[in-house]
Amino acid sequence: MTLQVVNSPFDEKQTEILNQILPTLTDAQKNWLAGYLAASQGVTNVVPPTPTVETKEPVQTSTRTVTILFGSETGNSQALAEQLSTQLKEINRDVTVSCMDDFKPKKLKEVEDLLIITATHGEGDPPDNAIEFHEFLHGRKAPKLDNVNFSVLSLGDESYEFFCQTGKDFDKRLEELGATRIHPRVDCDVDYEELAEEWAKEVIATLQKDAGATNAPTTTVTPTEQTFSKSNPYTAEVLENIVLSGKGSNKETRHIEISLEGSNFQYEPGDCLAINPKNDPALVAAIIEELKWNPEQTIPINKQGEIRSVQEALTSIFEITRLTKGSLEKASTYFQNEKLQQLVQNSDEVKAYIDGRDLLDLIIDYPPEQLDPTTIMHFMRKIPARQYSISSSYQANPDEVHLTVATVKYQAHGRDRSGVCSGEISDRIKPGDQLNVYVHKNPNFKFPMDEATPVIMIGPGTGVAPFRGYIEEREELELKGKTWLFFGDQHFRTDFLYQVDWQRWIQQGYLTKMDVAFSRDTDEKVYVQHRMQEKAKELFEWLEAGAHLYVCGDEKRMAKDVHDTLISIISQEGNLSEEEAKEYINQLKHEKRYQRDVY
Amino acid sequence: MVNDPKKLDPMEKLKDESRYLRGTIQEGLDDPITAAISEDDTKLLKFHGSYQQDDRDIRDERRKQKLEPAYQFMLRIAIPGGVATPEQWLATDDLAEAYGDNTIKLTTRQAFQLHGILKWNLKDTIKTINKVSMTTIAACGDVNRNVMCNPNPYQSDVHQEVQDWAQAISDHLSPKTGAYHEIWLDQKKVIDSKEEVEPIYGKTYLPRKFKIGIAVPPSNDIDVFSQDIGLIAILENDQLQGFNIVVGGGMGSTHGNTKTYPQLGKIAGYAPKENIVDVTEKIVTIQRDYGNRSDRKNARFKYTIDRYGLDWFKQELAERLGWELTEAKDYKFDHNGDRYGWVKGKNRWHLTLFIENGRVKDEDGYQLRTALREIAHIHTGDFRLTPNQNLVIANATAQKKKKIIEILESYGIQDEKKYSGLRKNSIACVALPTCALAMAESERYLPSLITKVEDILEAEGIKDEEIVIRMSGCPNGCARPALAEVAFIGKAPGKYNMYLGGSFTGDRLNQLYRENIGEEEILAILKELIHDFAQNRLDKEHFGDFVVRNGYVKEVYDGQQFHQEPKGVL
Repeated sequence: MTLQVVNSPFDEKQTEILNQILPTLTDAQKNWLAGYLAASQGVTNVVPPTPTVETKEPVQTSTRTVTILFGSETGNSQALAEQLSTQLKEINRDVTVSCMDDFKPKKLKEVEDLLIITATHGEGDPPDNAIEFHEFLHGRKAPKLDNVNFSVLSLGDESYEFFCQTGKDFDKRLEELGATRIHPRVDCDVDYEELAEEWAKEVIATLQKDAGATNAPTTTVTPTEQTFSKSNPYTAEVLENIVLSGKGSNKETRHIEISLEGSNFQYEPGDCLAINPKNDPALVAAIIEELKWNPEQTIPINKQGEIRSVQEALTSIFEITRLTKGSLEKASTYFQNEKLQQLVQNSDEVKAYIDGRDLLDLIIDYPPEQLDPTTIMHFMRKIPARQYSISSSYQANPDEVHLTVATVKYQAHGRDRSGVCSGEISDRIKPGDQLNVYVHKNPNFKFPMDEATPVIMIGPGTGVAPFRGYIEEREELELKGKTWLFFGDQHFRTDFLYQVDWQRWIQQGYLTKMDVAFSRDTDEKVYVQHRMQEKAKELFEWLEAGAHLYVCGDEKRMAKDVHDTLISIISQEGNLSEEEAKEYINQLKHEKRYQRDVY
Repeated sequence: MVNDPKKLDPMEKLKDESRYLRGTIQEGLDDPITAAISEDDTKLLKFHGSYQQDDRDIRDERRKQKLEPAYQFMLRIAIPGGVATPEQWLATDDLAEAYGDNTIKLTTRQAFQLHGILKWNLKDTIKTINKVSMTTIAACGDVNRNVMCNPNPYQSDVHQEVQDWAQAISDHLSPKTGAYHEIWLDQKKVIDSKEEVEPIYGKTYLPRKFKIGIAVPPSNDIDVFSQDIGLIAILENDQLQGFNIVVGGGMGSTHGNTKTYPQLGKIAGYAPKENIVDVTEKIVTIQRDYGNRSDRKNARFKYTIDRYGLDWFKQELAERLGWELTEAKDYKFDHNGDRYGWVKGKNRWHLTLFIENGRVKDEDGYQLRTALREIAHIHTGDFRLTPNQNLVIANATAQKKKKIIEILESYGIQDEKKYSGLRKNSIACVALPTCALAMAESERYLPSLITKVEDILEAEGIKDEEIVIRMSGCPNGCARPALAEVAFIGKAPGKYNMYLGGSFTGDRLNQLYRENIGEEEILAILKELIHDFAQNRLDKEHFGDFVVRNGYVKEVYDGQQFHQEPKGVL
């Protein structure tokens, strides 16, 4: 007797498979199988299926949304995706279709039924418009996808070694992330049409069958509330550490992404993240060696009597990369070095000496007599936290914070030196490593969150960081309106920080205008203030229309030049004397329409 | 109606609405936020002689850095017949240094190519080119491209006359739009572009690129059968009489699409020289009216000819001309490569200089670019780019000849006798890192592959044997690979399809022999083949003929048979 849907609890597909295998079994095999099934049923406590005869699925419109994502090199995948979307809409399914890189990865968590149609490029690489999504899904930031149902259709060319590799990647990865495969992947060769059509038909059938199926129950873990702050910094995992500066740049500017998941930190555009840095272990080791200390010896680090090992104290507690007048004076009483005692008498000489020198220089130039490590808390400063303007939006990335960090490296007094925190990030911090951080609010750098107020932003170099966070926030909140960014750096080709982000926001209308100045691309150096001057008339019109103006970045030169240029623009365009123009600016400040975050 | 207006390729609409190739190119050039122009404009820019490209070596790296690709432009300078004055050479060289990547590429169609030009410098570069009476217009795009011509240093008088015809055809078929002059040369805008007309092309130009070349037997250096229109010069008593007309050749195909194929041009007849400009114009208009405008992969003239047939073509042409072509005259080709070294013409000396893959650059111990620059400073003759990417320093006096030799020696430019017969007959297209179409390396790879094959040839004692080898990074075929005795077409990084069996004179197509193979396999196959060739060849038999005679591949003279089940593929 052959199994049929009507005479068994199996569906069509199961029946077909069973009918294929059953007639080929020997009696011994049948007996073994019966025993095996009985036994395994006992173990797993499977509820025996109710032997109903052909249950008719109630006609029901699913509430689950179907998301079709395609990665297309030549347009075939896209065409198939669009076709499938049409078919699904015809049966009243809620469908969204887009190319992978237009799909916001953070929306992935909300996806329900996911259908992927992708080509493969070159040596098993994803197509151009799927690269970023592919990278995201395979990266550490990929979310769990327990509630997602999926199926993959891959297009390829059998003559290539890595045939349909991208489809295979997605198929495997989605399963790893906990998603449920509702239909096996189909790999198509260059003559893909038939197989693709079959896949679509079967997937649609499966989706219809599953219509109305409820999501698997999810267990939500309520995290134990914990407050992190400056005194109790959060130990955060670094997710990304990318050099933004292109090949050939004179600079190294980095983009760091840090996980704040579980920290309960919230931040607004303009806020900063503070990092407690660690000193360079090589410098620490050199100092310990020079002083012939025992790195394991424990020493007090504060008046409360907290203790650390010498190694740890020099690494995380005390500032060893910089000397101050005060620290030198205090040190002179512990060093028992006559020359040092003489030096600290002359404040001009002290000033000259401390410039660009650190603790290692001091102990080599003025060797102490028997310096006891337990005394260092008396003459050394605590290492201060370093603050960086946040370059991401909390609304867009509630579990992350992004920073834009210029690496400081230079030569002084015959030795290579680097900034404590930027050097650490550049040389020693990799994705997966940890940093102690807390959010530092910056109430004096706050942006309007409406569409009516025009906003002018001036942020050359890393000064552009908070504006990236701001525009990203506007995008997330879908706030259009007038925004204008002035950016500058050395070279267009290598130093255009976040270039593709700005391009996208211009295209989408979240950034209305952008003017750029690359100082070393032309014979005459051009800076942001020159671009402002060129646009004087329009800039003044914006101010007159109530614009807020923000400046972020270098204080000594840029912020001053920008300020002077503003005075000249206002005086020129408003027909005001210099004094009146200054008064105009003071009024802007008073109204919190001229805010600066300069350093 | 030949083309259904509802099914036209989007490119047709783009051309139609471009206001004679203006599009929004100017706006794109003015945009300071990107070093690129819009995708649509990149398509129109081709007609102006430039391709937007990017440095693919760092594309992925830059993507991660949130930087757009390192966009840059390739600029092609069309010089009909490849003849340039020393002044033009020096201007090109200056531009390569000021705005380019410090190299000049001599192309397989006898043009100069500059790479790495930034958007901000494009206008200055094009202006300078025009100042020395060269142009980039129609060097690319759906128009007649640079007209090729045999740079024959042997018969100076005939060369001059044939060259003049190449120039005349080129001038006649050049687009007449004012867009080029407006955008690049500061010429005043035509207020209402409706006043403009393209008398030959019309608003939508041709369905696809169009190539014309003139061969002077016995040299088939321009690969006359690879051209949309090939002209074979017919001489009597050393006097040019007219041309055999060859139509519907072309190299490009698409991997995996058997409806596309390389094709040999077919001989349609003979026309006297006085009529040749008119003949080419009428042929161009046939392609304009009958070419496929709904599928760009099927739009080249070769498909039009194959679709309608040669007889139809002849009749259509006769109708447009008002007279019929006469029967083709006899001709004989004996090679398609270049003959190197010095030859003496009438009172003047000519040096054909081997330039590997046409790349003029300075390297340690081999300062070709500097040497040619110095020669250009003293040279009173001209420079001729050959269709095999080499260079003829032509019309040197005996005195200058001496100086030229000195300069070449002092900069380490080797006597070409030191190169193997294989290397001297090699062509590679640019491919990576700049060409957007490349699927594998070509110019950066072929020289090292040849070095390895040379070891094999050396071991078999046939290092001087002339074998035509060509490599293209993609199947579009800039290196004219389908005519080579051995060819490689890129499929993926490090992987090539291998073709065998073209003829030494360029009149037979090769055939796929192995698919998707890497260097190890390439060398293993060549070792076996070259051994067999060295042992069993007939007297003076060429490699391409040998592999066909011995059944390694089938003989293919018609592109429609190109995709027959290849013998070599297992």
